[in-house]
Amino acid sequence: MSADVSVRKPLSAAARLRRRRWYQQPRWQRLFGMVVLAVVMAQVTGEQGERNDLFHAIQANFQSTGILVWLAVLVGIWAVREFFGEQVGTQRRRLGGEIARPVQRLLGQVRGQRAYRWGGLGALLVFLIILPLLISTFWQQVLVDQIGVYVMVAIGLNVVIGWAGMLDLGFIAFFAIGAYSAAFWTGGLPVEPPFELNNFLVIPIAVLTCLIAGVLLGAPTLRLRGDYLAIVTLGFHEIVYLLARNLNEFTGGTRGAQQLDKFSVDLGFWSYDWELDPQPYYWVQLAAIVIVLVLFIRLEHSRVGRAWTAIREDEVAAAATGVDTVRFKLLAFAIGASTSGVAGVIYASKQGFINPEQFVVMMSVLALAYVVFGGMGSIPGVLLGTAVLVWLPEYLRDTVDAQDRFLYLGGLLVVMMIYRPQGLWPSRRRQHELKMAEEGTAGADALGAQPGGAQS
Amino acid sequence: MSLSDIWDVLVLGVVLGSLYAVIAIGYTLVYGVLQLLNFAHSEVFMAGGFGGVIALTLFEPAADPSGLQSVLYVLLGICAGAALGGLVAFGLEKAAYRPLRRRNAPRLVFLITAIGASFFLYNLAGKLFGRYPIPMPSMYENRRLFEFFGAPVSVTQLIIVVTGVTMLVTVDFVVNRTKLGSGIRAVAQDPEVASLMGVDIDKVVSRTFVLGGLMGGVAGFLFGTNLQVDYQMGFLPGITAFAAAVLGGIGNVRGAMLGGLTLGVVESFTVEIWGDSWRYVGAFAVLVLVLMLRPTGILGERVGRTA
Repeated sequence: MSADVSVRKPLSAAARLRRRRWYQQPRWQRLFGMVVLAVVMAQVTGEQGERNDLFHAIQANFQSTGILVWLAVLVGIWAVREFFGEQVGTQRRRLGGEIARPVQRLLGQVRGQRAYRWGGLGALLVFLIILPLLISTFWQQVLVDQIGVYVMVAIGLNVVIGWAGMLDLGFIAFFAIGAYSAAFWTGGLPVEPPFELNNFLVIPIAVLTCLIAGVLLGAPTLRLRGDYLAIVTLGFHEIVYLLARNLNEFTGGTRGAQQLDKFSVDLGFWSYDWELDPQPYYWVQLAAIVIVLVLFIRLEHSRVGRAWTAIREDEVAAAATGVDTVRFKLLAFAIGASTSGVAGVIYASKQGFINPEQFVVMMSVLALAYVVFGGMGSIPGVLLGTAVLVWLPEYLRDTVDAQDRFLYLGGLLVVMMIYRPQGLWPSRRRQHELKMAEEGTAGADALGAQPGGAQS
Repeated sequence: MSLSDIWDVLVLGVVLGSLYAVIAIGYTLVYGVLQLLNFAHSEVFMAGGFGGVIALTLFEPAADPSGLQSVLYVLLGICAGAALGGLVAFGLEKAAYRPLRRRNAPRLVFLITAIGASFFLYNLAGKLFGRYPIPMPSMYENRRLFEFFGAPVSVTQLIIVVTGVTMLVTVDFVVNRTKLGSGIRAVAQDPEVASLMGVDIDKVVSRTFVLGGLMGGVAGFLFGTNLQVDYQMGFLPGITAFAAAVLGGIGNVRGAMLGGLTLGVVESFTVEIWGDSWRYVGAFAVLVLVLMLRPTGILGERVGRTA
C-alpha cells in the first residue's frame, strides 16, 4: 500500500505535465494577463459613469478606441518581452553600464567628502528657501497647506514606523489633537481656555498634550503585536474623530472652529502678523521642519536610535541584550505623536478653521503610504515620498478628470510596491534588511515573519 | 429602555452582526494563510454589492413579483454578489499579492499594496458606476414578517440572518472538514512544512482569497439590500469587520463569527443608547478593552509560528 503511494506520486506529477494544454503555458497566460490589464486600463482611462444608466461607462469604454490602443500597446510589450526578451535585456544592460559607470565614479568621489555634502545641503536649503518665489500662487498654497504639513506628519510617523518598526494606523489622530489644542488655546473653541496664548506658544503645549496622549494610548497597547497595534490605533483615531464631531459643547461639532488666530509676533519693538499670503507660513514651516530634522537625525545616531533599530530588527534579541523595549517603543510613539501635534498647530494656524472632516481615518492610512512610498527609515526618502505623493493628486487635477486622482494614486502605490518595495530613496540599512528578508535570513520589520513564509 | 426595546435592538444587532461575521471571515482566512491585513477586502465587499445591483438591473425584476420569483431574484443577487466578490478577490491575489509573495516581501509592503489596491478599486467603481448611492432594485415587498419577543422582523432582516448563518456553517464545514480546508490550515500553521508535505501553496492561497471573496461578496449584496450600494460603502463595515476578526482572535474562523456578532450587538446598543453619531465608538472601545485583557482575542489567535 505505502509502496503504491510512493510510486504513484511522481507518476501523477509527470501525467500532469503531459496534460498541460497550450493555454496553460506561462507564455500564453502572460498574454491573457496583458489582455485583462488592457481592459482594466481602458476602464481606468475611459469615461465617467452616468446617473441613470448603470452601464453607460462600461459600454462606452468597450466601444471607444481607447481599448484598442491599450490592447495594441500591452500586447506589443508582451510580444517584445516574449520573443526578443534576451536581445533587449543585453542591450539594456550594456547601455545601463555605460551610463551608470561614470555616474557611480562621480558619486563615489563626492560621497566621501564633507565639503561636497555640506555644499549640497546648503544649496538645497537655499533652493527650498527661495522656492515659493518661483512658483504660482496655487502651488504656493499646495506647498503650504499640504506638502509642508504632511512632510512634518511623515517625519513623525517615520520615527514610529521606520525606526521603531511599529505599525500605527491612527497617526492623524495626534495631528487632530494638535490642531484642536491650537484652536482651544487661542480661544477658537466654544470652551474658554484659562488664558489665551499666541499661536507660537501653543506649539510646546501641543507637544506636551500629544506626548501625554501618545503615552496614554501607547502604555496599555504597546505590548500588542504588530497588527493588533494597527487596529487599536485605527480605533483610537476613529474615537478621536467621533469625539471631535459629536462633543458639540467642546469642539464645535461638525462645524468645527472658525476664524482662528493666525501666527503673529510682537516683540515690542517689532511685530509681524501672518495674513492670507501663504509664503510667510512656508518659511515658518521650513524652519520647524529643519529644526525637527536636525533633532531627529541626531537622535537616530544616538543610543536611542540604535535601540530602535535593535527593536525593529529583532525585538526578542533586543530585550535579551538589555534594551528596555517597552520604554523605547513608548518613547518613539510619544515623539512621533508630538511631531504630528506640531504639524497640527501649524495647520490650524494657517487654515484659520478646522472641522472633523479634515481628520478622517483615510488620512492616517495615506500618511502611512507616504512614509513607505518614500522609503521608511530614510529621512530624504520620507521627504521625497511625501512631496511626490501629495503633489501628484494636485498635478493630476489638470491632467485627468479631477475625481479620478486617487484612482491613479492607488494604482501607483500597487505598482511601486511590486517593482520597488524599498521606496523611492531607501536608507542603506533598510535596503540591506529587505535583501536579508528576501533571502529569508531575517525579518525586515517588527511585525513578524513574511506572509506565506520563506519560499524557495 | 424597556424590555421590548431590548429585543428590538438585539434583533438589529444580530442582523448587523451576522453581516460583520461573514465579512470578518474573509479577513481572518487571509490573515491565517498570509498574516496579511487585507485592507482591500472592504472593496471585495463593495464589489459584491455592485454585483447584485448589476445582475438585478440586467434581469429587470417584475414590478409585483410572486413568492417564487422573489426567492429567485434574491438567489440571483446572492450568486452575482458572490461571483463578483470572488472574481475581485481572485484578481487581487493574482495581480497584486502574488508578485510580492514570490519575492518574500515584508509584511508592510503587503499592507501598502493592500491600501493602494483598495484606493484603486473603490475609485474605479466610483468612476464606472457614478459617485452616488444606487438603490438595490426591489426584489420583494419588505414587510414585517413576524415578531420575535415583540420585536418586529422584516423580510430583509430574515434573509440576511438566514443567508449569513448558512454561509457561516458552510465555511466552518469547508475549513474543518474538506481537503481545501486542511490545506488552508496547514499553510496557516507552517507554509514551509505544508509545501514539503505536497500542499500547493499558490493554489491554497488563491482559493483562500476566493473563499473569502465569495463570503465578502454575499455580505456586500445583503448590505446593499438593507441600505443601498455606493462606491465608498466598503470602508467602515470593512474596518469594523476587521476589528471583529481581531476581537474573536485573528486567524480563528469561529472567533471571527463570535467577534462579528458581538460587535454588531454592541454597535446597535451604542446607537440605541447614545445615538447614531456614536455608532463606531462602542465597537472600538470594546475592542481595545478586550485586547487589553486578552491580547490574542476572545477565542485566541490561530496563526502559524512567527519567524
